[in-house]
Amino acid sequence: MATLAPPPPRTEKPERRRPSGGGRGPTPPHGLGFGGEGGGGAASLPESRYYTGMWLGLAGIVMIFTAFTSAYFVRKGLSDDWRPLALPPLLWVNTLLLVASSGTLEMAKRSYPMPRPFQRWWIATIALGGLFLAGQLTAWQQLAAAGVYVDTNPSSSFFYLLTASHAVHLAGGLGALLWLTWRLFRGGLTKLAVGVTALYWHFMDGLWVYLMLLLVIWR
Amino acid sequence: MSDTHAVHHPPPSGFIQKYVFSKDHKVIGIQYFLLALFSVFVGMALSILIRFNLVWPGTEVGLLETLFPQGAPGGIMTPEFYLAMLTMHGTIMVFMVLTTAPQGGFGNYFLPIQIGALDMAFPTLNMLSFWLTFVSLVVLMAAFFVTGGPPTSGWTAYAPLSALGEVAGPGLGTGQNLWIISIAIFCVASLLGALNFITTVLDLRTKGMTLMRMPLTVWSWFVTAILGLLAFGVLLSAGVLLLLDRTLGTSFFIPGGLVVSDQMIDHTGGSPLLWQHLFWFFGHPEVYIAILPGMGVTSQILSVFSRKPVFGYRAMVYALFAIGILGFMVWGHHMFMSGMSPYSAIAFSLMTTAIAVPSAIKTFNWLGTMWGGRIRFATPMLFSIGFVSLFVSGGLGGLFLNQPATDVYLHDTYFVVGHFHLIMGVAAIFGIFAGTYYWFPKMFGRMMNERLGKIHFWITFVGVNAIFMPMHFLGMVGNPRRYAELTAFNFLSELEGLHLFITIAAFLTIAGQFIFLANFFGSLFKGEKAPVNPWEATTLEWTVPSPPPHDNFDGKLPEVHHGPYEYSLPGASKDYVMQTESASRKEPV
Repeated sequence: MATLAPPPPRTEKPERRRPSGGGRGPTPPHGLGFGGEGGGGAASLPESRYYTGMWLGLAGIVMIFTAFTSAYFVRKGLSDDWRPLALPPLLWVNTLLLVASSGTLEMAKRSYPMPRPFQRWWIATIALGGLFLAGQLTAWQQLAAAGVYVDTNPSSSFFYLLTASHAVHLAGGLGALLWLTWRLFRGGLTKLAVGVTALYWHFMDGLWVYLMLLLVIWR
Repeated sequence: MSDTHAVHHPPPSGFIQKYVFSKDHKVIGIQYFLLALFSVFVGMALSILIRFNLVWPGTEVGLLETLFPQGAPGGIMTPEFYLAMLTMHGTIMVFMVLTTAPQGGFGNYFLPIQIGALDMAFPTLNMLSFWLTFVSLVVLMAAFFVTGGPPTSGWTAYAPLSALGEVAGPGLGTGQNLWIISIAIFCVASLLGALNFITTVLDLRTKGMTLMRMPLTVWSWFVTAILGLLAFGVLLSAGVLLLLDRTLGTSFFIPGGLVVSDQMIDHTGGSPLLWQHLFWFFGHPEVYIAILPGMGVTSQILSVFSRKPVFGYRAMVYALFAIGILGFMVWGHHMFMSGMSPYSAIAFSLMTTAIAVPSAIKTFNWLGTMWGGRIRFATPMLFSIGFVSLFVSGGLGGLFLNQPATDVYLHDTYFVVGHFHLIMGVAAIFGIFAGTYYWFPKMFGRMMNERLGKIHFWITFVGVNAIFMPMHFLGMVGNPRRYAELTAFNFLSELEGLHLFITIAAFLTIAGQFIFLANFFGSLFKGEKAPVNPWEATTLEWTVPSPPPHDNFDGKLPEVHHGPYEYSLPGASKDYVMQTESASRKEPV
């Protein structure tokens, strides 16, 4: 039977340290411990860095997809060889799966640290995420079976590019979920790790909805 | 005071963990620095080949055939080989030197110490950033050893030349693929690094280190990291698209109807200009990624060695941000020749001209910092003054290039070569040299030799001006860029003397860099032992031993009570006040 780590002793939500001149109220100590990170120099670094780092990472990812989007419009607008792509209907099912997985992950996050509901929602998220990736793979196979490959038309090039780039990022998120599951069973899972992973996962969900809109509206 | 205690961490004991796969930001900083040092000498070697071929084309050099049997059959460089050297020189210098040394090197080493942190926010990620950069360098270097050699498409890898593959010429097959993969890895490494830098500044400042008490070096690394975070993703995307065009038959950048080497190219509808837009959206901020840390170091050093506060500290911070933000809106000025609408060109031109405002703020504030100071002309100071000088003379060339009308004439000439080498290449390198002479005592616990340092400065300063100033004149009389041989053209024959002068100046300047190398490695072993604070500077790195212990502050984080530039304050007992000096003492204002 899996057990959850006890909730962090100090705070439920990692507090943002506001290092400022003296007299601005108490500053939390530098020695904020982080369970399970023994040994390295990381032990005294503040926990807020994980959220900050994730937000910044997401900003970097936004720029990658912004560049793709910009290329999409330029390539579509400048040429006369663009043929609109008929999206496989399966994508709508996949979209539902991914949106649902965001919901289950949010439920898992909110039920932390109650072992039973947390595990249920957590496993459901992983299953939905896995199903989404399998669904994407199937959608690619359907397109290929219909003779639509990456070099068939710029529209199909962009379709494969955008969906594959998203899938790579989502697979990273799934990897994080699985890794945390391992930690969950070993008893080292923290609310912080769940929260940061959920942030990434929700972002990937939103990114997918955006890509669907792009591919549907500006075919 | 109890909350300034941190846990003391003993350094890792194994050699591998201590020096190779280290998570210590100081070791990683030195690793970045050494990577850049290796790269800069490779890049300089290539520039020797470039300058050699320009003035003595067709000369037989036996050694060249031994080294590059494909590129120099019979010991004579082929024009393709010249372009390959040009490409690799630019790529190595821009990515592996100018992007890594100031930010990855000095930033890594000193940013955490200057804000009073134990390490970077994510030490493991930091290690990963360096090793990805290392892999990227190895992949790039591998291009020298594959069939066809390195690519010939320039550091900007313009499509369709870069997108077509082997059919377009030697080096554009495997070599170009390696180039793209190398740059893609570099992008990932830089993104991770940028994320780490920003998080460190936001979350890891010690008690009392408010934003406006941060040294300008920290501000410049911070803004540089923001630029990197927003720019490298775009280059990564562009690289992916280019690789798909080359390997999977897509047509993002390859237009229809191309005939290359008597072969019809089977692509339709792609846009070469799309590559230029994506590339320069990264490429222009990249210029600032290279130079902003140099501005930070210069601001720091001018203040320390003039024994005066930085003139207009806040204005300096805002100017950094202004340059960074404007830097994202001006990429089109690299494309005036592309046939863009004159209206777009005017917009890009105006934005570009607007950068002169924050640039002038910085320049005048540097002069204001020195004005009336008791200047100590040590080597770091000389290089910083040199930085200001090069920034001005390089920047003035920009005023001609940011006008579409004059750019159309000057764009493909040596004027541009002179301009970007002065402002992006040499000015940034002067920032790196200034930083090296300034921080060497802290990094290695020994002083560098002052006399050799000054000789190195004067050779370099005179040398680079002798190389790059005349290039502006070459450009104005119409000497084109990227030509492998200039002697074959009648209209350029009168310029041969000037080219010879430039080549000789380049060789002498490069020879002068060995003085630096000797000083660097000699001082490493034989230099005078460095005290804690040899320059009498105020920032936090000068409060810890040279070199600093593994966790920087020996388990006790400092508390900051002062701004970073409190020099020559009236009423103070000595002419500088350390940032950590107790505030209980009556503050001299």
